[in-house]
Amino acid sequence: MLEGLLIGLGAAFSFQNIVMVILGCLIGTFIGMLPGLGPMSIIAIMIPVAITIGDPSAALILLAGVYYGAIFGGSTSSILLNAPGVAGTVATSFDGYPMARRGQAGKALTVAAIASFAGGTIGAVLLMIFAPALSTVALLFHSAEYFALMIVGLSAIAAFAGSGNVAKAVLMTLLGLMMATVGEGALFNMPRFTMGLMDLQSGFSFITLAMAMFALPEAIFLVMNPARSVQGGNKNDIKDLRISREEGRQIAPVIGRQSIQGFFIGVLPGAGATIASFLGYAVERNLAPEKEQKEFGKGSIKGLAAPETANNAACTGSFVPLLTLGIPGSGTTAILLGALIALNVTPGPRLMSDSPEIFWAVIVSMYIGNIVLLILNLPLIPYIAKVLTIPRTYLIPFILFFTLMGSYIGQNNSTELLILVGFGVCATILKFADYPLAPLLIGFILGSMLEDNFSRSMQLYDGVGFIFERPMTLGLIILAMVLIVLPSLRSRFSKKIGGDVAEGD
Amino acid sequence: MQLDRWIAFVILCISLIYGYAAFFTMDELLAPFMRRNPIWPSTFPKILSVLAVVTSFVILFRIERPIEKSSSSDMDLSELKNYKIKEAIILLALMVAYALLLRPAGFLLSTISFLSLGGVVLGERKIYFLIPITALATLIIWYLVQGVLGIFLRPLPFFL
Repeated sequence: MLEGLLIGLGAAFSFQNIVMVILGCLIGTFIGMLPGLGPMSIIAIMIPVAITIGDPSAALILLAGVYYGAIFGGSTSSILLNAPGVAGTVATSFDGYPMARRGQAGKALTVAAIASFAGGTIGAVLLMIFAPALSTVALLFHSAEYFALMIVGLSAIAAFAGSGNVAKAVLMTLLGLMMATVGEGALFNMPRFTMGLMDLQSGFSFITLAMAMFALPEAIFLVMNPARSVQGGNKNDIKDLRISREEGRQIAPVIGRQSIQGFFIGVLPGAGATIASFLGYAVERNLAPEKEQKEFGKGSIKGLAAPETANNAACTGSFVPLLTLGIPGSGTTAILLGALIALNVTPGPRLMSDSPEIFWAVIVSMYIGNIVLLILNLPLIPYIAKVLTIPRTYLIPFILFFTLMGSYIGQNNSTELLILVGFGVCATILKFADYPLAPLLIGFILGSMLEDNFSRSMQLYDGVGFIFERPMTLGLIILAMVLIVLPSLRSRFSKKIGGDVAEGD
Repeated sequence: MQLDRWIAFVILCISLIYGYAAFFTMDELLAPFMRRNPIWPSTFPKILSVLAVVTSFVILFRIERPIEKSSSSDMDLSELKNYKIKEAIILLALMVAYALLLRPAGFLLSTISFLSLGGVVLGERKIYFLIPITALATLIIWYLVQGVLGIFLRPLPFFL
């Protein structure tokens, strides 16, 4: 492990990569602060930039920095404006906003930053311990197990993302898988479902789809509902960022517990930062002594530290399935997977042996990213918060323009822009009808891998026999069915999510 | 019928067409030696189409009762008339116009007009601020894309 860390340090401590981390964290914080734009939109917008960089480690470091920055920015607007930009930081506003109203905005931001830092760092340590172990196990998997594992992942995502509407999530996943079959696949060397159109020969572009599914509907909705783009200005003066030693002692155990809990929730496919933060809040409230329980919701620093730690640890945890199995557990990691594939890197158990520098550079960049957020962003927050005063008449056209530019740069083709607008309108309608969009994109990205592994197993076993002949495959497929049929877990947590939030983590 | 069921119906139709293509038309092109393969290009799409049809029926006939309105989305259909749909449609139209004009009109002109017109649609009235700011931003972005990222964008209209 030490050897790996050294490789990572060597790779991450290049000038270029340090600049990438700092840039990523700043951009992420900047945009993540805007209410209504979630990390998925920001990462989708940043992908073309990352891909043009060309170096996979640098690109992944940039995107990971954007991811943490966005989560941190989301907490900032939760605390200052009670307007969480991201679903994962809704729980932060429960106690963060009351603190800011009491004039303790600076203190609340510091607690949030320290909690995020600790959650992210402890998460990165856990990732460093578990990912190599898991990928050794994963090397034993055959294509049949991979196929089954992806089915489990997709079902889990559907079961979680649907919040009681599992059928809708499943249908979206299937639609994504169907869209992935369009075009000429490497497997069969023949065009499928192109309807004779040349533009569809190479299939749908993943960047266009990501923009259309996440960035565009959120932007359109900002247009339709002006109340959503809260104009807060900066009413609360942010001063006195220090916290006392007593307060530090109070939040330390909370941070310790929530880092670990959040991390493991993040590892589960489909769970992620949102559930981790709500669960963390609930658990800490129950654990607190009765006197402190009453404080929760009125500005308790424990109540602020818990969700902040948990959501950052969960973000780190969600990298585990991505880096070890190549299976994304959330919309954001799915977008990262797409970016990696575009850069000719296939994440999976072989990543650690084939290109250790990428794997370890990402882990080291997580430490750097967390430090950057703590040291650089915290003092800058009062200035970055000025972004909240940019009038929407300027902001929205620019957001729309960046979605357009992103998909144009990716393909250099203006037909792509028309496809983007078309899909964006469809996605908005789907969102109105409560169809979750993340499963569609995850299905689309996993589609070709799923089919590859399915075909390979079919060929090896000359039919569908592989499902019954390999006990692990059978077990996983049964698990997937159970996940689809018994989807009652999610609704318990998701009821608490409300208000003006962007989808997901 | 509610919107989500209409959507399920549309997806049902798409899956039926997709399934029809997978089951009946795709295999005609298959070379004879490939027919001996246990897996055909149409195998996976066939499975998908069947599953999609079944799932659309589940939603269409409300077999799985939605417990309550999912709260993760804050877009509320009943509020639709309060939303500024006209502005959204105009902006979408602007995006389409941008897509069509980007090549012939060049990056600078089309981007400045898109950003300024977008601002005007959203209610910005200080045009003497708006245009210089968007022009400056456009130039910076053009420089970043062209100079830093190295992607060619034709800056000027086709006749210049």
